[in-house]
Amino acid sequence: MQTHRFNWPIWAGFLLSWIALLSYFFVFVWFPVTRDVPWANLLLFGIAAALVLIGVRRAYAPGRPRRAKIAGVALATLSIALCGCFVFATWIMARRLPASQSAPQMGQKAPDFRLSDIHGTPVSLAELLAAPVNGHAPKGVLLVFYRGAW
Amino acid sequence: MAISVDAPEISRALCQKAGYTYTFLSDPQADVIRRYDLVHAGAGINGQDIARPGEFLVDASGTVRWVNLTDNYWVRARPDQMIAVAKALR
Repeated sequence: MQTHRFNWPIWAGFLLSWIALLSYFFVFVWFPVTRDVPWANLLLFGIAAALVLIGVRRAYAPGRPRRAKIAGVALATLSIALCGCFVFATWIMARRLPASQSAPQMGQKAPDFRLSDIHGTPVSLAELLAAPVNGHAPKGVLLVFYRGAW
Repeated sequence: MAISVDAPEISRALCQKAGYTYTFLSDPQADVIRRYDLVHAGAGINGQDIARPGEFLVDASGTVRWVNLTDNYWVRARPDQMIAVAKALR
């Protein structure tokens, strides 16, 4: 009876595809250099693709049982799906943003407002622009609107 | 200053955990976010309206001098970019 070797490349490629997908959201988003352009994850997917390709070729090598071919194709398909999820989450979903055409543009007045800070104290934009900082009038204020806690 | 729909308690916990010292404001009904046309309807984790990312540099007269409206919510203005823009303000 022929003992067949474990098709480690296909499993390694599949596992690496999971790592390539999840590591973006748990590791690489914390660093702007790997967040803005996810090159680290694309690189991991590239290596995973190479391993999967080698694994599929192995699965179709002569003498391999049919279930090896089925498993090979299944894992390859799943790996491609994981890459698809990554592209969908970072490129397609993330770009589904409203046009915000009426947002204040350069040269326009920023609408005033009054909102509570973390201690519940009301703060207004006009007050912030007027209140001295270290004895000097502030040059301006940077407003950073963000999505909020997930 | 940072503005989102998060309640003050949530922002306070975030500031304490991350050590932020700048001003965090709460806009739970997204009123100011709407006034700035930054509403991303239903995009919140519970389907609530939240802000789409956007950064504005406002000068002492209240005029907008720099705007950054990203087309991808993973790509936002970096701190060094914002500091450079703020430093260039006259």
